[in-house]
Amino acid sequence: MLIQKPPPIPSSEITPPAVWARRRELLKAALALAGTGAGLAAGGRLLAAAPAADGSLAVIPNVRPSPLSTDEPRTSRDDVTGYNNFYEFGTGKEDPKANAGSLKPRPWTVVVDGACEAPGTIGIEDILTGFTQEERIYRLRCVEAWAMVIPWVGFPLGDLLKRFKPTSQARYVAFETLVDPQQLPGQRRSVLDWPYREGLRMDEAMHPLTILATGLYGQVLPNQNGAPLRLVVPWKYGFKSIKSIVRISFTATQPVNTWQAMASNEYGFYANVNPAVDHPRWSQARHRMIGEGLFAGKHKTLPFNGYADQVASLYAGMDLRREF
Amino acid sequence: MAAATPRLKPDTAVRYGKPLVFALCLLPLALMVWLAAVDRLGANPVEAVLHFTGDFALRLLLFTLAVTPLRRLTGLAWLVRFRRMLGLFAFFYALLHFTVYLALDRSLDWGEVVTDLAKRPYIMVGFAAFVLLVPLAVTSTRGWVRRLGRRWQQLHRFVYLIAVLGVLHFFWLVKADVREPLIYAAVLAVLLAARLPWFKPASAGSGRAKGKVSVT
Repeated sequence: MLIQKPPPIPSSEITPPAVWARRRELLKAALALAGTGAGLAAGGRLLAAAPAADGSLAVIPNVRPSPLSTDEPRTSRDDVTGYNNFYEFGTGKEDPKANAGSLKPRPWTVVVDGACEAPGTIGIEDILTGFTQEERIYRLRCVEAWAMVIPWVGFPLGDLLKRFKPTSQARYVAFETLVDPQQLPGQRRSVLDWPYREGLRMDEAMHPLTILATGLYGQVLPNQNGAPLRLVVPWKYGFKSIKSIVRISFTATQPVNTWQAMASNEYGFYANVNPAVDHPRWSQARHRMIGEGLFAGKHKTLPFNGYADQVASLYAGMDLRREF
Repeated sequence: MAAATPRLKPDTAVRYGKPLVFALCLLPLALMVWLAAVDRLGANPVEAVLHFTGDFALRLLLFTLAVTPLRRLTGLAWLVRFRRMLGLFAFFYALLHFTVYLALDRSLDWGEVVTDLAKRPYIMVGFAAFVLLVPLAVTSTRGWVRRLGRRWQQLHRFVYLIAVLGVLHFFWLVKADVREPLIYAAVLAVLLAARLPWFKPASAGSGRAKGKVSVT
């Protein structure tokens, strides 16, 4: 049998992010040569011109380990920071890394409002120093049927929400990403209805697995991963984990999230990882693990992305086929 | 006026052009294999290879469809002698695309493939386009052209449908940003429109029975 699982790829063999970021250019060079005959030389030049910067960022101090982390092998930092869906920087997977330089994650303020007794704002520096930062190594499952294992740094969303004293009216939490086409050039086109919005039910938001991430791999978040503050909800498809948050609102009614507004037959409010409910255009039964290479097969996707023991009770009695 | 003073003799153009076009058509594959060999296909190499082979199948199909309008535009009749090679390379990349889907994306899980074919419109459409390409590739030889006679042209009209299905396949798999498939759709629309009778230059139609739409 020709198709076999190769051994895990050593980090030394992983494509430098700069090269990966230029993948589309390399492929385009192939098209160019069909017309000009410039040939492989074009591809070679692009590779040689790629900078060798390691892209490292400020280290977050005093990060505590967490029992909620998985011990599965982590996806390389290069892949975590080089293969992203962040349409605010472009719709290609390598666009965010290539275009994220225009985002200024400092200073940064988050507005917290809606159904709470103490609405207000909080700056990113206060967030970094005011909450105990933990490492949470989580599986991330994209709705496009690929997955990663990412060592986030962050803290429970509930810890922040409690400070603003939500009232009994607060049944949901709504989130918004920054809108600024200068900093987020992808917003110059209306691919999605900006700002990007997401939402959680209150009990989902208060669940200990739900975090606000401030970093990954021990360092502050790279812009392309949603700097300086993003949501991470590991049992839901990745699009729920909204990036570069500027507003958090307590609401009485269920908010409409961006992808649901875009195509409500394909993307729901809950978006819990569920191998039994297909995306209308593709199966969710399996996923490809990023970093495993060309000849690795797919993995079986687990209900709630493997976090069923912790979160399935939140949805007791619900028809998850209808409430997808 | 058409006293063609050919700068280039047709036979010479074809003799040297064919190996060149052949090599150019293979270059994308060579680049892809090289990128795979040096592990530079990125974080999701299966997706990269799928998109790469699909892109080139569609591009070469459009190149094939561009031959006739280009021939009319330039008056270089010998351009048609490259058409079969371009069409066969379109089939070649489509075959690679289908193989990568079967072997690398679906890991030869036939159950999953059958489900895909039954449930996913974009896969159905892509598969239909590929299946329809097969008889065109098989009957592309001189012998089959002779044997089929007029029916050969009728059969090869399927290429228009195949191109439409191919673009639709691309369109349907995109999540939100339809810019790229729109470009392919626009190019295809131009190439198909160029075949409408009222877009043909008068010279091309002269000498042919009126109303008889040539299929080229």
